[in-house]
Amino acid sequence: MTTLLGPQEWAAVGLSLKVAMVATLVSLPLAVGVALLLARGRFVGREALNVVVHLPLVLPPVVVGYVLLITLSPVAPLGQGLAALGVVFAFRWTGAALAAGIMGFPLMVRAIRLAIEAVDPRLEDAAATLGASRLRIFATITLPLILPGVLAGSVLGFAKAMGEFGATITFVSNIPGETRTLPSAIYAFLQQPGGEGAALRLVTVSIIVATVALIASEALARRMARRVRG
Amino acid sequence: MSLDVDIRHRLGALDLRATFDAPEGVTALFGRSGAGKTSIANAVAGLLRPNAGRIVLNGRVLFDHADRIRVPVHRRRIGYVFQDARLFPHLSVRANLLYGATNDRDLDRIAEMLGITDLLTRRPQNLSGGEQARVGIGRALLSSPDLLVMDEPLASLDRDRKDEILPYLERLRDEAGMPILYVSHSVEEVARLATTLVLLDAGQVVRAGPAAALFSDPDLVPIFGPRTAGSVLAGRIAAQHADGLTEVSVSGGALLLPGMPGTPGAPVRVRIEAQDVMIALSRPRDISALNVLPVIVNALHPGQGPGVMVQLRSGSDLMLARVTRRSAEALALAPGTPCFAVLKSVSVARRDVGRG
Repeated sequence: MTTLLGPQEWAAVGLSLKVAMVATLVSLPLAVGVALLLARGRFVGREALNVVVHLPLVLPPVVVGYVLLITLSPVAPLGQGLAALGVVFAFRWTGAALAAGIMGFPLMVRAIRLAIEAVDPRLEDAAATLGASRLRIFATITLPLILPGVLAGSVLGFAKAMGEFGATITFVSNIPGETRTLPSAIYAFLQQPGGEGAALRLVTVSIIVATVALIASEALARRMARRVRG
Repeated sequence: MSLDVDIRHRLGALDLRATFDAPEGVTALFGRSGAGKTSIANAVAGLLRPNAGRIVLNGRVLFDHADRIRVPVHRRRIGYVFQDARLFPHLSVRANLLYGATNDRDLDRIAEMLGITDLLTRRPQNLSGGEQARVGIGRALLSSPDLLVMDEPLASLDRDRKDEILPYLERLRDEAGMPILYVSHSVEEVARLATTLVLLDAGQVVRAGPAAALFSDPDLVPIFGPRTAGSVLAGRIAAQHADGLTEVSVSGGALLLPGMPGTPGAPVRVRIEAQDVMIALSRPRDISALNVLPVIVNALHPGQGPGVMVQLRSGSDLMLARVTRRSAEALALAPGTPCFAVLKSVSVARRDVGRG
Protein backbone atom coordinates (compact mmCIF):
# COMPACT_ATOMS: atom_id res chain seq x y z
CA MET A 1 0.00 0.00 0.00
CA THR A 2 2.78 2.42 0.92
CA THR A 3 4.00 2.31 -2.63
CA LEU A 4 0.66 3.40 -3.98
CA LEU A 5 0.76 6.79 -2.29
CA GLY A 6 3.65 9.09 -1.49
CA PRO A 7 4.34 10.17 2.11
CA GLN A 8 2.70 13.55 1.55
CA GLU A 9 -0.38 11.87 0.16
CA TRP A 10 -0.54 9.45 3.08
CA ALA A 11 -0.24 12.36 5.46
CA ALA A 12 -3.16 14.11 3.79
CA VAL A 13 -5.35 10.99 3.87
CA GLY A 14 -4.48 10.27 7.51
CA LEU A 15 -5.09 13.86 8.53
CA SER A 16 -8.42 13.98 6.75
CA LEU A 17 -9.59 10.80 8.45
CA LYS A 18 -8.49 12.16 11.84
CA VAL A 19 -10.12 15.55 11.24
CA ALA A 20 -13.38 14.04 10.00
CA MET A 21 -13.48 11.48 12.83
CA VAL A 22 -12.90 14.09 15.54
CA ALA A 23 -15.29 16.57 13.93
CA THR A 24 -18.06 13.92 13.76
CA LEU A 25 -17.57 12.44 17.21
CA VAL A 26 -17.33 15.79 18.99
CA SER A 27 -20.31 17.35 17.24
CA LEU A 28 -22.52 14.26 17.48
CA PRO A 29 -23.77 14.74 21.07
CA LEU A 30 -24.31 18.41 20.37
CA ALA A 31 -26.21 17.58 17.18
CA VAL A 32 -28.46 15.14 19.08
CA GLY A 33 -29.12 17.83 21.69
CA VAL A 34 -29.93 20.51 19.13
CA ALA A 35 -32.09 18.09 17.13
CA LEU A 36 -34.03 17.29 20.32
CA LEU A 37 -34.51 20.99 21.02
CA LEU A 38 -35.71 21.65 17.48
CA ALA A 39 -37.98 18.59 17.34
CA ARG A 40 -39.48 18.73 20.82
CA GLY A 41 -38.62 22.07 22.36
CA ARG A 42 -41.23 24.78 22.77
CA PHE A 43 -39.26 27.93 23.50
CA VAL A 44 -38.80 31.44 22.22
CA GLY A 45 -35.99 31.57 19.70
CA ARG A 46 -36.50 28.06 18.34
CA GLU A 47 -36.76 29.44 14.81
CA ALA A 48 -33.64 31.55 15.37
CA LEU A 49 -31.74 28.44 16.50
CA ASN A 50 -33.01 26.61 13.45
CA VAL A 51 -31.71 29.36 11.17
CA VAL A 52 -28.30 29.53 12.86
CA VAL A 53 -27.88 25.75 12.64
CA HIS A 54 -28.71 25.77 8.95
CA LEU A 55 -26.59 28.81 8.00
CA PRO A 56 -23.43 26.81 7.17
CA LEU A 57 -25.51 24.81 4.70
CA VAL A 58 -26.39 27.88 2.63
CA LEU A 59 -23.52 30.30 3.26
CA PRO A 60 -20.49 30.16 0.97
CA PRO A 61 -17.96 28.02 2.92
CA VAL A 62 -15.38 30.76 2.56
CA VAL A 63 -17.65 33.03 4.60
CA VAL A 64 -17.82 30.49 7.43
CA GLY A 65 -14.04 30.12 7.31
CA TYR A 66 -13.52 33.86 7.38
CA VAL A 67 -15.90 34.34 10.32
CA LEU A 68 -14.00 31.63 12.20
CA LEU A 69 -10.73 33.33 11.32
CA ILE A 70 -11.70 36.77 12.58
CA THR A 71 -13.24 35.39 15.78
CA LEU A 72 -10.70 32.70 16.70
CA SER A 73 -7.42 34.04 15.30
CA PRO A 74 -4.65 34.63 17.87
CA VAL A 75 -5.24 38.38 17.68
CA ALA A 76 -9.03 38.23 18.18
CA PRO A 77 -10.26 38.56 21.80
CA LEU A 78 -12.04 35.17 21.77
CA GLY A 79 -9.01 33.52 20.19
CA GLN A 80 -6.74 35.09 22.82
CA GLY A 81 -9.02 33.98 25.64
CA LEU A 82 -9.10 30.40 24.36
CA ALA A 83 -5.33 30.46 23.81
CA ALA A 84 -4.89 31.41 27.46
CA LEU A 85 -6.78 28.20 28.29
CA GLY A 86 -4.48 26.28 25.96
CA VAL A 87 -7.04 25.88 23.18
CA VAL A 88 -5.79 27.04 19.79
CA PHE A 89 -7.71 26.55 16.56
CA ALA A 90 -6.13 28.88 14.03
CA PHE A 91 -3.74 27.13 11.64
CA ARG A 92 -3.94 23.86 13.60
CA TRP A 93 -5.58 20.56 12.69
CA THR A 94 -8.04 21.20 15.51
CA GLY A 95 -9.18 24.26 13.56
CA ALA A 96 -9.67 22.08 10.50
CA ALA A 97 -11.81 19.75 12.66
CA LEU A 98 -13.82 22.71 13.96
CA ALA A 99 -14.46 24.04 10.46
CA ALA A 100 -15.38 20.59 9.18
CA GLY A 101 -17.64 19.99 12.19
CA ILE A 102 -19.51 23.24 11.70
CA MET A 103 -20.02 22.60 8.00
CA GLY A 104 -21.34 19.09 8.62
CA PHE A 105 -23.47 20.06 11.63
CA PRO A 106 -26.69 21.01 9.78
CA LEU A 107 -26.67 17.71 7.90
CA MET A 108 -26.35 15.75 11.14
CA VAL A 109 -29.04 17.77 12.89
CA ARG A 110 -31.48 17.35 10.01
CA ALA A 111 -31.12 13.58 9.85
CA ILE A 112 -31.38 13.15 13.63
CA ARG A 113 -34.31 15.55 13.90
CA LEU A 114 -36.27 13.57 11.32
CA ALA A 115 -35.62 10.40 13.32
CA ILE A 116 -36.77 12.04 16.55
CA GLU A 117 -39.95 13.30 14.94
CA ALA A 118 -40.69 9.74 13.81
CA VAL A 119 -40.60 8.43 17.39
CA ASP A 120 -44.10 7.98 18.82
CA PRO A 121 -44.17 10.17 21.94
CA ARG A 122 -46.85 7.88 23.34
CA LEU A 123 -44.18 5.22 23.79
CA GLU A 124 -42.30 7.69 25.97
CA ASP A 125 -45.51 8.37 27.93
CA ALA A 126 -45.85 4.64 28.45
CA ALA A 127 -42.29 4.46 29.76
CA ALA A 128 -43.02 7.32 32.16
CA THR A 129 -46.06 5.50 33.60
CA LEU A 130 -43.71 2.58 34.25
CA GLY A 131 -41.60 4.80 36.48
CA ALA A 132 -38.86 5.86 34.07
CA SER A 133 -37.33 9.33 34.52
CA ARG A 134 -36.83 11.53 31.47
CA LEU A 135 -33.17 10.61 31.32
CA ARG A 136 -33.95 6.89 31.45
CA ILE A 137 -36.66 7.29 28.83
CA PHE A 138 -34.17 8.99 26.53
CA ALA A 139 -31.49 6.38 27.08
CA THR A 140 -33.72 3.29 26.85
CA ILE A 141 -36.52 4.29 24.47
CA THR A 142 -35.79 7.41 22.42
CA LEU A 143 -32.10 6.83 21.70
CA PRO A 144 -32.44 3.19 20.58
CA LEU A 145 -35.36 4.15 18.33
CA ILE A 146 -33.49 7.05 16.67
CA LEU A 147 -30.20 5.17 16.33
CA PRO A 148 -30.60 4.55 12.58
CA GLY A 149 -31.15 8.30 12.09
CA VAL A 150 -28.19 9.15 14.30
CA LEU A 151 -26.05 6.81 12.25
CA ALA A 152 -27.27 8.29 8.98
CA GLY A 153 -26.54 11.78 10.28
CA SER A 154 -23.08 10.75 11.41
CA VAL A 155 -22.21 9.30 8.01
CA LEU A 156 -23.43 12.46 6.29
CA GLY A 157 -21.45 14.60 8.72
CA PHE A 158 -18.37 12.45 8.29
CA ALA A 159 -18.58 12.61 4.51
CA LYS A 160 -19.07 16.36 4.62
CA ALA A 161 -16.09 16.70 6.98
CA MET A 162 -13.90 14.56 4.69
CA GLY A 163 -14.76 16.80 1.76
CA GLU A 164 -14.73 20.20 3.49
CA PHE A 165 -12.48 22.59 1.63
CA GLY A 166 -13.53 26.25 1.51
CA ALA A 167 -13.99 26.97 5.21
CA THR A 168 -10.96 24.87 6.13
CA ILE A 169 -8.50 26.51 3.77
CA THR A 170 -9.75 29.98 4.70
CA PHE A 171 -9.55 29.37 8.46
CA VAL A 172 -6.49 27.17 8.89
CA SER A 173 -4.72 27.54 5.51
CA ASN A 174 -3.02 24.60 3.80
CA ILE A 175 -0.04 23.57 5.96
CA PRO A 176 1.37 20.15 5.04
CA GLY A 177 1.11 17.72 7.93
CA GLU A 178 -0.99 20.10 10.04
CA THR A 179 -3.97 21.35 8.06
CA ARG A 180 -3.47 19.93 4.56
CA THR A 181 -6.50 17.65 4.40
CA LEU A 182 -7.36 15.51 1.42
CA PRO A 183 -9.23 18.20 -0.57
CA SER A 184 -6.58 20.79 0.29
CA ALA A 185 -3.88 18.39 -0.88
CA ILE A 186 -5.67 17.73 -4.16
CA TYR A 187 -5.98 21.46 -4.66
CA ALA A 188 -2.27 21.95 -3.83
CA PHE A 189 -1.13 19.19 -6.18
CA LEU A 190 -3.21 20.70 -8.96
CA GLN A 191 -1.36 23.98 -8.47
CA GLN A 192 2.03 22.21 -8.95
CA PRO A 193 3.37 21.32 -12.37
CA GLY A 194 3.40 17.52 -12.62
CA GLY A 195 1.11 17.11 -9.65
CA GLU A 196 -1.79 15.62 -11.61
CA GLY A 197 -0.72 12.04 -10.86
CA ALA A 198 -0.79 12.61 -7.11
CA ALA A 199 -4.06 14.52 -7.38
CA LEU A 200 -5.63 11.66 -9.30
CA ARG A 201 -4.49 9.10 -6.71
CA LEU A 202 -6.04 11.20 -3.93
CA VAL A 203 -9.24 11.57 -5.93
CA THR A 204 -9.37 7.77 -6.17
CA VAL A 205 -8.85 7.46 -2.41
CA SER A 206 -11.67 9.95 -1.83
CA ILE A 207 -14.03 7.94 -3.95
CA ILE A 208 -13.09 4.69 -2.23
CA VAL A 209 -13.48 6.13 1.27
CA ALA A 210 -16.84 7.68 0.42
CA THR A 211 -18.12 4.49 -1.20
CA VAL A 212 -17.03 2.27 1.70
CA ALA A 213 -18.59 4.67 4.21
CA LEU A 214 -21.90 4.71 2.37
CA ILE A 215 -22.09 0.94 1.95
CA ALA A 216 -21.14 0.34 5.57
CA SER A 217 -23.68 2.83 6.88
CA GLU A 218 -26.44 1.42 4.69
CA ALA A 219 -25.74 -2.07 5.98
CA LEU A 220 -25.59 -0.88 9.59
CA ALA A 221 -28.76 1.17 9.23
CA ARG A 222 -30.60 -1.83 7.81
CA ARG A 223 -29.48 -4.01 10.70
CA MET A 224 -30.51 -1.38 13.24
CA ALA A 225 -33.84 -0.75 11.60
CA ARG A 226 -34.54 -4.49 11.71
CA ARG A 227 -33.63 -4.56 15.37
CA VAL A 228 -35.88 -1.60 16.12
CA ARG A 229 -38.87 -2.79 14.10
CA GLY A 230 -38.33 -6.41 14.97
CA MET B 1 -57.11 2.01 49.28
CA SER B 2 -58.99 4.57 47.28
CA LEU B 3 -58.72 7.21 44.63
CA ASP B 4 -60.41 10.58 45.02
CA VAL B 5 -60.82 12.64 41.87
CA ASP B 6 -62.17 16.17 41.67
CA ILE B 7 -61.03 17.88 38.51
CA ARG B 8 -62.12 20.44 35.96
CA HIS B 9 -60.64 20.70 32.53
CA ARG B 10 -61.50 22.47 29.31
CA LEU B 11 -60.67 20.39 26.25
CA GLY B 12 -61.87 21.96 23.03
CA ALA B 13 -65.67 21.88 23.18
CA LEU B 14 -65.65 19.49 26.14
CA ASP B 15 -66.09 20.97 29.59
CA LEU B 16 -64.87 18.23 31.89
CA ARG B 17 -66.07 18.31 35.49
CA ALA B 18 -65.44 15.05 37.23
CA THR B 19 -65.83 14.33 40.91
CA PHE B 20 -65.89 10.75 42.13
CA ASP B 21 -64.28 8.27 44.51
CA ALA B 22 -62.93 4.95 43.38
CA PRO B 23 -62.86 2.43 46.23
CA GLU B 24 -61.19 -0.97 46.04
CA GLY B 25 -62.16 -3.22 43.18
CA VAL B 26 -62.84 -2.12 39.62
CA THR B 27 -64.22 1.36 39.10
CA ALA B 28 -65.47 1.71 35.54
CA LEU B 29 -65.62 5.07 33.81
CA PHE B 30 -68.47 4.45 31.41
CA GLY B 31 -69.77 6.70 28.68
CA ARG B 32 -69.90 7.35 24.97
CA SER B 33 -66.69 8.18 23.13
CA GLY B 34 -65.91 11.82 23.66
CA ALA B 35 -67.48 11.84 27.11
CA GLY B 36 -64.10 12.58 28.68
CA LYS B 37 -63.23 9.12 30.03
CA THR B 38 -59.70 8.96 28.68
CA SER B 39 -59.01 12.54 29.72
CA ILE B 40 -59.84 11.60 33.30
CA ALA B 41 -57.62 8.54 33.11
CA ASN B 42 -54.79 10.65 31.70
CA ALA B 43 -55.23 13.26 34.40
CA VAL B 44 -55.01 10.56 37.07
CA ALA B 45 -51.86 9.12 35.48
CA GLY B 46 -50.34 12.58 35.05
CA LEU B 47 -50.34 12.58 31.25
CA LEU B 48 -52.81 15.47 31.24
CA ARG B 49 -52.70 18.48 33.53
CA PRO B 50 -56.21 19.56 34.52
CA ASN B 51 -57.07 23.25 34.67
CA ALA B 52 -58.18 22.90 38.26
CA GLY B 53 -58.92 20.41 40.98
CA ARG B 54 -57.33 17.73 43.08
CA ILE B 55 -56.39 14.06 42.75
CA VAL B 56 -55.56 11.96 45.80
CA LEU B 57 -54.51 8.31 45.77
CA ASN B 58 -54.50 6.44 49.09
CA GLY B 59 -54.06 9.73 50.93
CA ARG B 60 -51.16 10.80 48.70
CA VAL B 61 -51.85 14.05 46.85
CA LEU B 62 -50.92 13.55 43.19
CA PHE B 63 -52.32 16.80 41.92
CA ASP B 64 -53.60 19.91 43.60
CA HIS B 65 -54.05 22.97 41.47
CA ALA B 66 -54.50 25.35 44.41
CA ASP B 67 -51.41 24.05 46.23
CA ARG B 68 -49.41 23.79 42.99
CA ILE B 69 -48.74 20.11 43.55
CA ARG B 70 -48.14 18.00 40.49
CA VAL B 71 -46.37 14.70 41.01
CA PRO B 72 -44.55 13.78 37.78
CA VAL B 73 -45.86 10.79 35.83
CA HIS B 74 -42.98 8.51 36.70
CA ARG B 75 -43.38 9.08 40.44
CA ARG B 76 -47.14 8.41 40.62
CA ARG B 77 -46.88 4.63 40.79
CA ILE B 78 -49.85 4.23 38.48
CA GLY B 79 -49.74 1.41 35.97
CA TYR B 80 -51.38 2.33 32.69
CA VAL B 81 -52.71 -0.21 30.21
CA PHE B 82 -53.24 1.58 26.91
CA GLN B 83 -55.81 0.72 24.30
CA ASP B 84 -53.03 0.25 21.74
CA ALA B 85 -50.75 -1.68 24.16
CA ARG B 86 -47.80 0.59 23.29
CA LEU B 87 -45.18 -2.12 23.65
CA PHE B 88 -41.61 -1.00 23.04
CA PRO B 89 -40.79 -2.29 19.55
CA HIS B 90 -37.04 -2.62 20.10
CA LEU B 91 -37.37 -4.76 23.22
CA SER B 92 -38.32 -8.40 23.66
CA VAL B 93 -41.55 -9.32 25.45
CA ARG B 94 -39.49 -10.17 28.52
CA ALA B 95 -37.70 -6.79 28.47
CA ASN B 96 -41.04 -5.04 27.94
CA LEU B 97 -42.54 -6.84 30.93
CA LEU B 98 -39.60 -5.98 33.17
CA TYR B 99 -39.22 -2.37 32.02
CA GLY B 100 -40.90 -0.94 35.09
CA ALA B 101 -40.05 -3.78 37.49
CA THR B 102 -37.39 -3.58 40.16
CA ASN B 103 -36.69 -7.32 39.90
CA ASP B 104 -37.96 -10.37 38.07
CA ARG B 105 -39.39 -12.17 41.11
CA ASP B 106 -42.99 -11.84 39.98
CA LEU B 107 -42.31 -12.34 36.29
CA ASP B 108 -43.11 -16.04 36.16
CA ARG B 109 -46.26 -15.76 38.25
CA ILE B 110 -47.74 -12.88 36.26
CA ALA B 111 -46.69 -14.33 32.90
CA GLU B 112 -48.44 -17.52 33.94
CA MET B 113 -51.58 -15.70 35.07
CA LEU B 114 -51.77 -13.90 31.71
CA GLY B 115 -50.83 -16.95 29.67
CA ILE B 116 -47.78 -15.33 28.05
CA THR B 117 -45.02 -17.56 29.40
CA ASP B 118 -44.26 -18.92 25.94
CA LEU B 119 -43.93 -15.46 24.41
CA LEU B 120 -41.10 -14.07 26.55
CA THR B 121 -38.38 -14.23 23.91
CA ARG B 122 -40.58 -12.91 21.11
CA ARG B 123 -40.71 -9.41 19.67
CA PRO B 124 -43.90 -7.36 20.12
CA GLN B 125 -44.37 -7.12 16.34
CA ASN B 126 -44.72 -10.89 16.14
CA LEU B 127 -47.60 -11.04 18.63
CA SER B 128 -51.32 -11.10 17.91
CA GLY B 129 -53.47 -8.23 19.15
CA GLY B 130 -54.71 -10.26 22.12
CA GLU B 131 -51.18 -11.28 23.06
CA GLN B 132 -49.99 -7.69 22.85
CA ALA B 133 -52.85 -6.60 25.10
CA ARG B 134 -51.91 -9.22 27.70
CA VAL B 135 -48.23 -8.22 27.60
CA GLY B 136 -49.31 -4.60 28.10
CA ILE B 137 -51.32 -5.63 31.16
CA GLY B 138 -48.42 -7.68 32.52
CA ARG B 139 -45.98 -4.84 31.98
CA ALA B 140 -48.15 -2.45 33.98
CA LEU B 141 -48.71 -5.04 36.73
CA LEU B 142 -45.00 -5.80 37.10
CA SER B 143 -44.25 -2.15 37.85
CA SER B 144 -46.09 -2.85 41.16
CA PRO B 145 -48.38 0.17 40.90
CA ASP B 146 -50.69 1.50 43.61
CA LEU B 147 -53.45 1.81 41.02
CA LEU B 148 -54.01 0.25 37.63
CA VAL B 149 -55.54 2.46 34.92
CA MET B 150 -56.93 0.57 31.93
CA ASP B 151 -58.08 2.64 28.97
CA GLU B 152 -60.32 0.49 26.79
CA PRO B 153 -57.79 -2.35 26.84
CA LEU B 154 -60.11 -4.55 24.77
CA ALA B 155 -61.61 -2.01 22.38
CA SER B 156 -59.29 -2.77 19.49
CA LEU B 157 -59.77 -6.52 19.78
CA ASP B 158 -62.29 -8.78 18.12
CA ARG B 159 -64.93 -10.75 19.99
CA ASP B 160 -62.90 -13.90 20.47
CA ARG B 161 -59.87 -12.00 21.76
CA LYS B 162 -62.11 -10.09 24.19
CA ASP B 163 -63.60 -13.32 25.51
CA GLU B 164 -60.05 -14.64 25.83
CA ILE B 165 -58.84 -11.71 27.96
CA LEU B 166 -61.89 -10.95 30.12
CA PRO B 167 -61.26 -13.91 32.46
CA TYR B 168 -57.71 -12.63 33.05
CA LEU B 169 -59.09 -9.23 33.99
CA GLU B 170 -61.54 -10.90 36.40
CA ARG B 171 -58.66 -12.75 38.03
CA LEU B 172 -56.79 -9.49 38.26
CA ARG B 173 -59.72 -7.84 40.00
CA ASP B 174 -60.09 -10.72 42.46
CA GLU B 175 -56.43 -11.57 43.05
CA ALA B 176 -54.17 -8.60 42.43
CA GLY B 177 -55.57 -6.59 45.33
CA MET B 178 -55.04 -3.19 43.74
CA PRO B 179 -57.76 -0.77 42.72
CA ILE B 180 -58.41 -0.58 38.99
CA LEU B 181 -59.76 2.38 37.06
CA TYR B 182 -61.33 0.89 33.96
CA VAL B 183 -62.32 3.07 31.01
CA SER B 184 -64.87 1.54 28.67
CA HIS B 185 -67.86 2.20 26.49
CA SER B 186 -68.87 -1.46 26.39
CA VAL B 187 -71.79 -2.45 28.62
CA GLU B 188 -70.73 -6.09 28.49
CA GLU B 189 -67.20 -5.45 29.71
CA VAL B 190 -68.35 -3.15 32.45
CA ALA B 191 -71.05 -5.59 33.56
CA ARG B 192 -68.48 -8.34 33.84
CA LEU B 193 -65.83 -6.34 35.64
CA ALA B 194 -67.06 -3.27 37.46
CA THR B 195 -67.75 -3.12 41.16
CA THR B 196 -68.26 0.65 41.05
CA LEU B 197 -69.63 2.63 38.13
CA VAL B 198 -69.02 6.24 37.18
CA LEU B 199 -71.35 7.24 34.35
CA LEU B 200 -70.11 10.11 32.22
CA ASP B 201 -71.92 12.18 29.65
CA ALA B 202 -70.37 15.18 27.86
CA GLY B 203 -67.71 15.57 30.52
CA GLN B 204 -70.10 15.43 33.48
CA VAL B 205 -70.58 12.65 36.01
CA VAL B 206 -74.22 11.61 35.60
CA ARG B 207 -74.20 9.04 38.40
CA ALA B 208 -71.66 7.16 40.43
CA GLY B 209 -72.20 4.22 42.75
CA PRO B 210 -72.18 0.43 43.16
CA ALA B 211 -72.39 -1.24 39.76
CA ALA B 212 -75.29 -3.61 40.52
CA ALA B 213 -77.51 -0.77 41.74
CA LEU B 214 -76.82 1.41 38.73
CA PHE B 215 -77.37 -1.39 36.23
CA SER B 216 -80.84 -2.06 37.60
CA ASP B 217 -81.84 1.61 37.68
CA PRO B 218 -84.41 2.27 34.91
CA ASP B 219 -83.55 5.99 34.94
CA LEU B 220 -80.11 5.13 33.58
CA VAL B 221 -81.33 2.99 30.69
CA PRO B 222 -80.84 5.83 28.17
CA ILE B 223 -77.14 5.82 29.05
CA PHE B 224 -76.64 2.09 28.65
CA GLY B 225 -78.98 1.95 25.67
CA PRO B 226 -82.37 0.16 25.76
CA ARG B 227 -81.07 -2.80 23.76
CA THR B 228 -78.05 -3.42 25.95
CA ALA B 229 -79.50 -2.37 29.30
CA GLY B 230 -79.72 -5.16 31.81
CA SER B 231 -79.21 -6.01 35.43
CA VAL B 232 -76.30 -7.84 36.97
CA LEU B 233 -77.16 -10.44 39.59
CA ALA B 234 -74.64 -11.84 42.01
CA GLY B 235 -74.94 -15.52 42.79
CA ARG B 236 -73.13 -18.76 43.44
CA ILE B 237 -72.90 -21.95 41.47
CA ALA B 238 -75.33 -24.38 43.09
CA ALA B 239 -74.87 -27.47 40.95
CA GLN B 240 -73.58 -28.74 37.63
CA HIS B 241 -76.26 -30.77 35.91
CA ALA B 242 -75.60 -33.81 33.77
CA ASP B 243 -77.40 -32.29 30.76
CA GLY B 244 -74.83 -29.48 30.53
CA LEU B 245 -76.73 -26.82 32.46
CA THR B 246 -75.32 -24.99 35.43
CA GLU B 247 -77.59 -24.08 38.31
CA VAL B 248 -76.86 -20.73 39.92
CA SER B 249 -78.53 -19.63 43.11
CA VAL B 250 -79.41 -15.95 43.35
CA SER B 251 -81.23 -14.14 46.12
CA GLY B 252 -84.62 -14.61 44.45
CA GLY B 253 -84.31 -18.28 43.60
CA ALA B 254 -82.29 -20.46 41.24
CA LEU B 255 -81.36 -19.95 37.60
CA LEU B 256 -80.54 -22.67 35.10
CA LEU B 257 -77.93 -21.34 32.73
CA PRO B 258 -75.82 -22.75 29.92
CA GLY B 259 -72.91 -24.71 31.30
CA MET B 260 -70.02 -22.79 32.74
CA PRO B 261 -66.94 -24.04 34.55
CA GLY B 262 -66.82 -23.71 38.31
CA THR B 263 -67.32 -25.78 41.41
CA PRO B 264 -70.42 -25.46 43.58
CA GLY B 265 -70.10 -22.44 45.82
CA ALA B 266 -68.01 -20.42 43.37
CA PRO B 267 -69.27 -16.82 43.13
CA VAL B 268 -70.53 -15.68 39.74
CA ARG B 269 -72.20 -12.61 38.33
CA VAL B 270 -74.85 -12.98 35.67
CA ARG B 271 -75.89 -10.23 33.33
CA ILE B 272 -79.50 -10.47 32.29
CA GLU B 273 -80.49 -8.17 29.47
CA ALA B 274 -83.79 -6.39 30.01
CA GLN B 275 -85.10 -7.40 26.60
CA ASP B 276 -84.65 -11.11 27.42
CA VAL B 277 -87.00 -11.02 30.43
CA MET B 278 -90.73 -11.75 30.00
CA ILE B 279 -93.34 -10.96 32.62
CA ALA B 280 -96.27 -13.24 33.51
CA LEU B 281 -98.98 -12.64 36.10
CA SER B 282 -99.35 -16.33 36.90
CA ARG B 283 -96.64 -18.98 36.91
CA PRO B 284 -96.53 -20.17 33.32
CA ARG B 285 -96.89 -23.89 32.69
CA ASP B 286 -95.99 -25.93 29.64
CA ILE B 287 -93.42 -23.38 28.54
CA SER B 288 -89.91 -24.03 27.26
CA ALA B 289 -88.26 -21.28 29.33
CA LEU B 290 -86.56 -22.92 32.30
CA ASN B 291 -86.31 -19.94 34.62
CA VAL B 292 -89.36 -18.53 36.36
CA LEU B 293 -88.62 -16.28 39.31
CA PRO B 294 -91.30 -14.83 41.56
CA VAL B 295 -90.86 -11.06 41.57
CA ILE B 296 -92.61 -7.88 42.57
CA VAL B 297 -92.87 -4.83 40.34
CA ASN B 298 -90.81 -2.06 41.92
CA ALA B 299 -91.13 0.71 39.35
CA LEU B 300 -92.16 1.37 35.77
CA HIS B 301 -90.26 3.66 33.52
CA PRO B 302 -91.81 4.48 30.16
CA GLY B 303 -89.34 5.04 27.34
CA GLN B 304 -89.74 7.40 24.41
CA GLY B 305 -90.97 4.68 22.06
CA PRO B 306 -93.51 1.92 22.62
CA GLY B 307 -91.40 0.29 25.34
CA VAL B 308 -91.56 0.33 29.11
CA MET B 309 -88.68 -0.54 31.41
CA VAL B 310 -90.01 -2.48 34.40
CA GLN B 311 -87.87 -2.75 37.50
CA LEU B 312 -88.55 -5.98 39.37
CA ARG B 313 -87.56 -6.99 42.87
CA SER B 314 -86.30 -10.54 43.08
CA GLY B 315 -85.19 -11.43 46.58
CA SER B 316 -82.73 -8.73 47.52
CA ASP B 317 -81.84 -8.03 43.87
CA LEU B 318 -83.37 -5.66 41.39
CA MET B 319 -83.70 -6.65 37.78
CA LEU B 320 -84.99 -5.01 34.64
CA ALA B 321 -87.49 -6.23 32.08
CA ARG B 322 -88.22 -4.41 28.86
CA VAL B 323 -91.78 -4.92 27.61
CA THR B 324 -94.15 -2.95 25.42
CA ARG B 325 -96.43 -0.35 26.91
CA ARG B 326 -99.35 -2.35 25.52
CA SER B 327 -98.31 -5.43 27.54
CA ALA B 328 -97.73 -3.39 30.66
CA GLU B 329 -101.26 -2.00 30.36
CA ALA B 330 -102.82 -5.37 29.51
CA LEU B 331 -101.24 -6.89 32.63
CA ALA B 332 -102.06 -3.76 34.65
CA LEU B 333 -98.51 -3.66 35.96
CA ALA B 334 -98.01 -1.18 38.78
CA PRO B 335 -95.58 -0.87 41.66
CA GLY B 336 -96.35 -3.69 44.08
CA THR B 337 -97.82 -6.07 41.51
CA PRO B 338 -96.63 -9.61 42.23
CA CYS B 339 -95.70 -11.45 39.04
CA PHE B 340 -93.17 -13.84 37.51
CA ALA B 341 -90.04 -13.05 35.53
CA VAL B 342 -89.48 -15.58 32.76
CA LEU B 343 -86.02 -16.07 31.29
CA LYS B 344 -84.83 -18.50 28.64
CA SER B 345 -81.62 -20.18 29.68
CA VAL B 346 -80.11 -19.84 26.24
CA SER B 347 -80.62 -16.09 26.15
CA VAL B 348 -77.88 -15.78 28.74
CA ALA B 349 -74.67 -16.16 26.78
CA ARG B 350 -71.54 -17.64 28.20
CA ARG B 351 -69.92 -14.21 28.01
CA ASP B 352 -72.67 -12.72 30.16
CA VAL B 353 -71.52 -14.80 33.09
CA GLY B 354 -68.36 -13.90 34.91
CA ARG B 355 -66.57 -14.52 38.15
CA GLY B 356 -68.41 -12.95 41.06
